Amino acid sequence: MSAAPILSLQNVWVEYGDKIVLEKVDLDIQPGSFVSIVGPSGAGKSSLLRVILGQERPTRGVIELDGQPLAPECGPDRGVVFQRYSVFPHLSALGNVVFGLECEQAPLTARLFGSARKAAREQAEAMLVAVGLADSMHQYPAQLSGGMQQRLAIAQALIKRPRILLLDEPFGALDPGIRADMHALIQQLWSDYALTIIMVTHDIREAFTLGTRVLALDKRRHDPHAPHRFGATAVYDLTLNKKSNPEEPEKPAVLEIAKTQENA
Amino acid sequence: MRWVNRHPKKGERILLGALPVAVLLIAYLIVAAQRHADNPMDKILPLPGQMMQAMSALMFQADQLTGQVTFWADTVASLYRLGLGLGIATLTALVVSLVLGVLPPVRATFGPLVTGIAVIPPIALLPILFIALGLGETAKIALIAIGVAPVMIRDIAAYIAALPAEQVIKAQTLGASSWQIMIRVALPQAMPRLIHAVRLALGPAWVFLISAEAIAADVGLGYRIFLVRRYLSMDVILPYVAWIALLAIVMDWALALTSRKAFPWAEGQGR
Repeated sequence: MSAAPILSLQNVWVEYGDKIVLEKVDLDIQPGSFVSIVGPSGAGKSSLLRVILGQERPTRGVIELDGQPLAPECGPDRGVVFQRYSVFPHLSALGNVVFGLECEQAPLTARLFGSARKAAREQAEAMLVAVGLADSMHQYPAQLSGGMQQRLAIAQALIKRPRILLLDEPFGALDPGIRADMHALIQQLWSDYALTIIMVTHDIREAFTLGTRVLALDKRRHDPHAPHRFGATAVYDLTLNKKSNPEEPEKPAVLEIAKTQENA
Repeated sequence: MRWVNRHPKKGERILLGALPVAVLLIAYLIVAAQRHADNPMDKILPLPGQMMQAMSALMFQADQLTGQVTFWADTVASLYRLGLGLGIATLTALVVSLVLGVLPPVRATFGPLVTGIAVIPPIALLPILFIALGLGETAKIALIAIGVAPVMIRDIAAYIAALPAEQVIKAQTLGASSWQIMIRVALPQAMPRLIHAVRLALGPAWVFLISAEAIAADVGLGYRIFLVRRYLSMDVILPYVAWIALLAIVMDWALALTSRKAFPWAEGQGR
């Protein structure tokens, strides 16, 4: 934990009018970590993700990425996968992945031609193969299943080689079998591409299976007469000792922690 | 079996759809024949033979005064006005609604203005257009364009603004600028909706066309109908109205087909 953090939140507050959602969040995230964020509904999990993403500006506090203050705007250094609507319905799978390259290389037309187009397509095809969509490159999202759409959304984000990949309940809408496949895929990509991942989930088991670090957000104080008076912050911050392949070794112990979490 | 579960097959659907049309036609023929039995000179409900006779003169013989075949000259003039008016409206609507829908500051600045213009009844503007632009083609085309564009702009701008916020965020995380979001994310997704809006605008566009032609024109389908009205020439008016209906149906069908063929990704989205 001595290395310089890739992402650093200092005294971050998020307030909507009188309603305090997050209060005094201090967080350092190390490169290469897989941080799971859990917590009850309304505890500000998604708000935290949105301020890191740049979709919202924190009311107070500083967010630094690689030591530089973050612009209050989304950028290609932070990739994202939402639970839904993460892919463009009017583009084929390949078109969805190439889009990121086109935006970068062709500011005016956002389209590539000739050899640049060929190179971008090859890069995108390799990315699609890596997420297991080799057979569906020319299909539109509406023709893909929910799991395949999320695979596509991940490929689309990874083509930009983001510094941090943000996942907002990415597997929440998938059925259990598909979800297990997606867990294996994201683990594989995480180690292959040396990603730093922050994932919001309401599934505690998922949080502990995938994460190297689990943050639980909740309110420290609660005033029953003014429920919005106090905001949530990280009440538990657990670092899990995992090897790069977390398939078997520590699952029982990990689930033990999860139990105490639920009781807490 | 409940009626909600009775789904006619394709052949049955065509048959059922044709039934009311056939009933109406037969009813017309019976009533027309009765009237002609009472009064052979009846002009109000002409028989098919009379309509064909009247129309063949307009369709196949050149007018002595203008040297043109009246029916086709009317059709060409009306379609030219309608096409140009709708074309201008569609192009304007696309550009304006893209800017309004994607860029919040522009929406804040011009949104109320567009809403204000959209609630003005276009026919009320007709005198202004005739005064400002003269009685020629320009005023008629302008009436159609001004009549249908604001509604299209409001519809498409609202549709673009309602695209999932996740898409715009995602595009930004992929490095897209405002311009790139406009042309690669919003524009293609607005196209099926635009064609839908044009289909809906066809009705009002015809209304404005016929109104403008009725008031000041020397050729056109609407002009002809209102001209021969003075002579109670139902044998010309009825075929003209049927022809206008046929043109409108063909246009609507062509637009629907274009939308299906050009935007396969929008199929089954209910958009």
